[in-house]
Amino acid sequence: MKQGERPLGSVPRWLWIALALGLAAQLAVHEAAPASHGTDRDLPPAPRSEVLRLASLGEPQALARLLMLYLQAFDSGGENAVPYHRLDYERLVDWLGSIVALDPRSQYPLFCAARIYAENADPARMRRMLDFIYREYLADPNRRWPWLAHAALLAKHELKDLPLARRYAAAIDRHTTAADVPLWAKQMEIFILEDMGELEAERIMIGGLIESGKITDAAEARVLKQRLDELEQRVHGR
Amino acid sequence: MPAAILARLVLLEARRSALPWLAAASIGAALVLAAFLSSVALTEGRELRLAVIAALLRACAVFLVAAHVSASVQREIDDKGLEQMLSLPVPRALHYLGRLAGFAACGALLAAAFAAPLALWSAPGPLLLWTASLALECSLVAATALFFSMGLAQVVGAISATLALYALGRSMTAIQAIAAGPLADESLAGRLAARIVDVLAFILPRLDAVTRTDWLLYGLPRGADYAWGLAGLLAYAILVSAAGLFDFYRRST
Repeated sequence: MKQGERPLGSVPRWLWIALALGLAAQLAVHEAAPASHGTDRDLPPAPRSEVLRLASLGEPQALARLLMLYLQAFDSGGENAVPYHRLDYERLVDWLGSIVALDPRSQYPLFCAARIYAENADPARMRRMLDFIYREYLADPNRRWPWLAHAALLAKHELKDLPLARRYAAAIDRHTTAADVPLWAKQMEIFILEDMGELEAERIMIGGLIESGKITDAAEARVLKQRLDELEQRVHGR
Repeated sequence: MPAAILARLVLLEARRSALPWLAAASIGAALVLAAFLSSVALTEGRELRLAVIAALLRACAVFLVAAHVSASVQREIDDKGLEQMLSLPVPRALHYLGRLAGFAACGALLAAAFAAPLALWSAPGPLLLWTASLALECSLVAATALFFSMGLAQVVGAISATLALYALGRSMTAIQAIAAGPLADESLAGRLAARIVDVLAFILPRLDAVTRTDWLLYGLPRGADYAWGLAGLLAYAILVSAAGLFDFYRRST
């Protein structure tokens, strides 16, 4: 017993009973309350990035990441019966756009856009997400090229839309200037052209690449030269 | 030196209060919450953890300093300690600044303690700059809380006023962006409101420019930006302290 405290016996009996009743009532209400059932709620409209910036109270990086967890939990949480592939993609894109604007250097929104939301069986939703990735890529090509490269692969293999895949691959080649971008990413367009049967265009691209002097690795230059020779034969053999 | 003695007394009072326990609880809660959140993150787990801990601890530091200063001053007023101090042959400026120095040191110690767990995930350079900035920010909050506590002589009022000023300082740039944005009201009232916001921003500290989490996540800030941010904090701390002293000299007791 601490100094200045009276013994427990000094507490009136009715207060003991009230305390026990209060505790029992809390447990009973908690136990009897109906379990929350999944609701078919869709995403609410996304707030504007300016509003989010105001709400972040000067901590946009933290809020951006917490909002990504909110989006992530929205489609997989126990509260919501609508999985992400049936979400309203217009709203989803708005949310992702607001989050990107909140912290443009975070890779989280575009990672989710490319790796989760774009991999949707519904072609319309997939196209909507790929278009979002493309638009965001143009705002910061050197940091966001991996997501557009993934978008190009999805367009090619999932959507079977080779012109769209070529458009994305060409954008990577034209707009990405960082030195650490691997050549496979910069050369994606060549392989897509081949898939499209555009042998002449592919031949011109490879020739231009070799001529440009961008290929500094001898082995890589040899492979490309070999490929160019094969193409020459195929084009002339038509 | 009387001011140093007063500062030491303030630090001693803080050490014997619940402040160290509250600081430890804040660190523990921030670490647990961040660990949980980063465990469900699909990517950028380190960045998420760092951002959440930094943001939470920054808010905790500011709240603890504001609450501690307000409660301490109020207790001194209630216990007639202030009157007793004023009866001593010590100039009022020394009395005020000595206490402020103690509270500022308290804020700096809190900033150092809150920076310690961040060292697990952050590079040392940016963390050092972040800690120095948080220490100065806490000192400004201490000066503001002292000013409001002496003026209002109410704990709740002083804490509310300090935190309101702080929140405005942190969100003013975002408010200005909204007021000047494409969706802003173009009527006379709208333009007048935008002007008022601009004037308010002019007389508030730019707290969104200091102790930034992006320093921890993405690397060092530009030297000039950092220096201007800290200079802004220092200038505002001088202004608030001068205003507090002005008010203190006018007190009859």
